[in-house]
Amino acid sequence: MKYLLIIHMNPANWEALPADVREEVMAGHGEFIKELTASGELLGFAALADPSQTRTVRVREGEPAVTDGPYLEAKEWLAGYYAIETETPERAYELAGQIPDARYFAIEVRPVMNYSGMEM
Amino acid sequence: MTGARIEDLLRDLAPQVLGVLVRRHGGFAECEDAVQEALLAAATQWPGQGLPDHPRAWLVTVATRRLTDQLRSDTARRRREESAYAATPADELFAPAPGERTGPAADDTLILLLLCCHPALTAPSQVALTLRAVGGLSTAEIAHAFLVPQASMAQRISRAKQRIRATGAVFAAPPPGELPERMSAVLHVLYLIFNEGYTASSGPCLQRTELTAEAIRLARELRRLRPGDGEVAGLLALMLLTDARRAARTGPDGELVPLADQDRSRWQTMAIAEGVELITDTLRRAELGPYQLQAAIAAVHAEAATTADTDWRQILSLYRVLSRLFPNPMVTLNQAVAEAMVHGPRAGLALLGTLDADERLARHHRLYAVRAHLLELAGDRDAAREQYRRAARATTSVPEQRYLESRAVRR
Repeated sequence: MKYLLIIHMNPANWEALPADVREEVMAGHGEFIKELTASGELLGFAALADPSQTRTVRVREGEPAVTDGPYLEAKEWLAGYYAIETETPERAYELAGQIPDARYFAIEVRPVMNYSGMEM
Repeated sequence: MTGARIEDLLRDLAPQVLGVLVRRHGGFAECEDAVQEALLAAATQWPGQGLPDHPRAWLVTVATRRLTDQLRSDTARRRREESAYAATPADELFAPAPGERTGPAADDTLILLLLCCHPALTAPSQVALTLRAVGGLSTAEIAHAFLVPQASMAQRISRAKQRIRATGAVFAAPPPGELPERMSAVLHVLYLIFNEGYTASSGPCLQRTELTAEAIRLARELRRLRPGDGEVAGLLALMLLTDARRAARTGPDGELVPLADQDRSRWQTMAIAEGVELITDTLRRAELGPYQLQAAIAAVHAEAATTADTDWRQILSLYRVLSRLFPNPMVTLNQAVAEAMVHGPRAGLALLGTLDADERLARHHRLYAVRAHLLELAGDRDAAREQYRRAARATTSVPEQRYLESRAVRR
């Protein structure tokens, strides 16, 4: 089963964390990626730029418009993701718990849709 | 010889060549890598230069050369290998059943299958390793079929081989006492490969149908090796009968068409005839097993000219036997449909009620979908709609979701 592990974070709370904790979180990702790569469970990952860098695109009556800032008004932001494939959902939760950000923020585990379907 | 024919030949030869190498040199993991390289060399050279006089000998020579290069470049590893891998000639340990074809090539394929489906491996690893070592598929092809980056698939295969090494398993048949359990793992892996490929015939995953063909090819090979095994025959029959419906089970835009609405003129009659004959013959003489019963149910569906002609009584009695001998919530789910067709939707719904407490199925989209279907048959449109919506939200399959959503809005 493929899952997206979605890392949610709060930039204000992140900046309030002591520098050594922030370092530890960053370094933890290196370890996490190494383990996932070795197990063959890693499909992809990305860290996202600060929400202040976001532009939102809308097309209205065929005309695209680009505005500054994110689509959703929120204090928490999507900071990055890991795409993984695990044998069981429990393993996906276990891996989500190993993401260092889980200790300060929260990780959402969402199944990824597939294109095979059973006859009904 | 065309590229496709060469590919078929290479897939047939892959396990034989690997068997020869492991037998001579030991070290399954290294030999497997060497054979992959030889297959790749053949796939590149043969189409242009023509087939060698002795394709199998050519592959053995090239693979042996690769293996020697590899071992020379890592002598420390070789020493470890030689001590850990005293390859036992399989012929000495493996007593074939009466009437079975013997000979090193035949035995090697079976031993390879058993090794790749080793119980120390997870199911996805068993699947990947079987496709590579026995099926002769490249890592890139397997990765592509499973929609996984090639590096991840390569890592899974190499971990699986390390795992086998760590268990100390030798290239030999398991003790006779373990054989039934190990065989059932092999059948399960072939079934998983089949199901993985049995998918929407359009959309972004067209190439996955190759997995279905590969699973059928391996099941045929296994049947040749173990002609007396009723479950092997049952699995092959089940695959043939299921795959026969492939063209009819999806619409022009890749949408799922339920069994009841399929255009039966599009079913493959040859595959059905073969499957029906195989399962009929097997049921007469072999010890009953779950694959045979599922194949028998598929055969009853296949033999009905129209949905209305379906012999639901026979299907129901087969499901009752299946759930008594091999209880499983998925079987109960299908049995509920058969109950509904014979004794009315309320009887089916009552049986579904027994599944609500089952952890394995709680909140499973199939449970909602079957309940929706039975509520629809019972004339309770509103409740059916609600269950279809739940099912649509719970599934992680795009074509299933489209189908369930279309049922939810139907008047």
